[in-house]
Amino acid sequence: MAERLRLDPIRCDGYGMCAEVLPELVTLDDWGYPIIVDGPIPRHLLAHARRAVEVCPVLALRLQRVEAGGQGASGAGSGQVTTGGS
Amino acid sequence: MTGSIAHDAPSTALRVLAGPPPGAGPERHVDHLARLGALPPARDLRDVIPVLEASGLLGRGGAAFPVGRKWRAVAERSAGDAVVVVNGAEGEPRSAKDRALMEHRPHLVLDGALAAASAVGAREIVLYVGSEHVAAQRALAQAVGEREREIGVHVRLVTPPVSYVAGEATAAIHCIDRGDARPTFPDVRPHERGVGGRPTLVQNAESLAHAALIARFGDAWYRTAGRGPTRGTALVTVTGLGGRMAVREIEYGTTVAEVAGLVGAALAGTSVRGARSRGANPGGSMRARAGLAPGLGAVPRAGEDRGPGAVLLGGYFGGWAALDDVRDAPLDPAVLREHDLAFGCGVLSFAGAGTCGVRATAEIMGYMAAESAAQCGPCVFGLAAIAEALRRLAQGTAGDGELDRIEHWAGLVEGRGACHHPDGAIGLLRTALPVFEAEFARHQARQGCSALPVKAA
Repeated sequence: MAERLRLDPIRCDGYGMCAEVLPELVTLDDWGYPIIVDGPIPRHLLAHARRAVEVCPVLALRLQRVEAGGQGASGAGSGQVTTGGS
Repeated sequence: MTGSIAHDAPSTALRVLAGPPPGAGPERHVDHLARLGALPPARDLRDVIPVLEASGLLGRGGAAFPVGRKWRAVAERSAGDAVVVVNGAEGEPRSAKDRALMEHRPHLVLDGALAAASAVGAREIVLYVGSEHVAAQRALAQAVGEREREIGVHVRLVTPPVSYVAGEATAAIHCIDRGDARPTFPDVRPHERGVGGRPTLVQNAESLAHAALIARFGDAWYRTAGRGPTRGTALVTVTGLGGRMAVREIEYGTTVAEVAGLVGAALAGTSVRGARSRGANPGGSMRARAGLAPGLGAVPRAGEDRGPGAVLLGGYFGGWAALDDVRDAPLDPAVLREHDLAFGCGVLSFAGAGTCGVRATAEIMGYMAAESAAQCGPCVFGLAAIAEALRRLAQGTAGDGELDRIEHWAGLVEGRGACHHPDGAIGLLRTALPVFEAEFARHQARQGCSALPVKAA
C-alpha cells in the first residue's frame, strides 16, 4: 500500500530538517517552509521519508496511507485515507 | 411531505426577505406563523434531505456546496447526537446579508436550524453570530425566547471575535469548543467529528432560511425561481454605488446592471435592452455591448487612462471584473464559474472609473494579510510579502520587478494553508492583475497613478 507525506502547516515552524533528509521530495520556499511533492512516495525513498518524519522537531510531518485509487485527503468522504503513525 | 401549501408560498423574487419592511425590525413569531405557517412536524422533517437535494439548494457562505448533500453526510454519521451550527459569523467586510437576515427574519433562520436538527439527528443548535452583529444576536435570542416551549433541542449563542477567518468551519468548531476562532488542521472533517467530537453541520444562516422554506413549500416550488442553471433566489450585498451597504434578494441569473438598478443606480453603458436581456449568453462572451446610453457615472473612454470601472464579485474570496465585461452578466454561480468569476457570498462592490485598482487591491490584500490566523508560515509570510509589495506599488515607490515578485509569491502561497484563507486572497489577486493591468504596469513603471485621489473607505 502506497504512502504519502502529509504536512500539518499549523504545526510546521519551518525548521527545514525534512528538506535536508529528503531533498528529492521536499524543497523550501522563500521563507523556509517546506513544499512537498504530493502523491505516493516512490519505494526507494520510503526509508528517507520515514526519517524526515522522525527528525521533525514539532511532529508536523506524517506518513499517510493512500489506498488504491485515492490520492489523499481531498475526498470529502469516508475512510479513503487513514493516517499512519508519526 | 411537501404537498400541501396552507399558506401562500413567497413569490418568485422575494422569498427569505418577504414579509414586513426592514424598518419594522425583527419579525415576531406570531407574524412569522401567520405569514408562513408552522414548519412541518419533526417526524416529517427527517425526510427533508431528499427534498433539499432535489431543490439544488447551494450553500450561501461562499463555497456553494450542495446543502442536501451536506445534511446527508452529517445524518449518516449521527447517532442522534449531532450538532447544528448556524454560521452567522459574517466576517466578510463587504457583506451584510447574513446579519440583515438574522436581524429581520430570525424565526426563518431558526426554522432552518430546527429543520436541520430534525433531519440530521441533532440535539444541540449553536447560534454562531459575529460579536459585532449585535442586532442579529438580540433578534435571534428573542426569537428563541418566544419559542422556548416548542424547541426540543438545546440552543446556545456563541459570538466569535471580529475576524475574517472566524466563519471558516473548523474555526467555528474551534471557537465553540475552546474559545479560539482560528482554523484547525483536523484529520477528520466537521461532519464526522466537530463540536464536542460529535458530527456537526456548519451551515450559513441564509442557507438555513432557504431550507426552512423548502421544508414547507417543496423542491418544485424552490426551483420556480431562477433564470439559468442555478435555481432559486439569493441575497446580495451591494456597495460602492453611493449610500450605505444595500442588501437585496434576487433571482439567480439577475444581471449585474439590474442589481445596480435595484439599489437605485444606473450603470453607465447599460442599454435598456441589455438590462432586460434574460441573463445567460449561452456559450458567448459576457462582454456587454459597448452601448453609451445615458446613465450615472463616468463612461471610461478608449484611450482615457482612468482605469476601467470595475466590480468586485463574491467578496474577498471572489474577484474583480471589468464592468464592461460583466454589466449584463447573469449572477448565477454556475455561469460565473465558467467565466472564472465567483458568486461567492453575494457581494457586489462597485469601484468607479476614478478608483485606482492597484490601491483598491493593495488595501484588500493588506487586510487579508492582517487577517491571517497567523498559524501557517506561507500564509503569514507570503501574504505579508505580497501586501507589502502591493503597498509599494500603490504608493508609487515600487522597486524593480515588483510585479514579478508578487506573481512568484502568489504561486508559493496557494494551497499551502490549513484553511483556504491564503487561496482566497491569492484568487482575488489573480483577478486584479488582468483587470487593472494597465494601472499595475503604470505603477510598476513609477509613472504615477492615473486615478483621481481615492477617498479613504
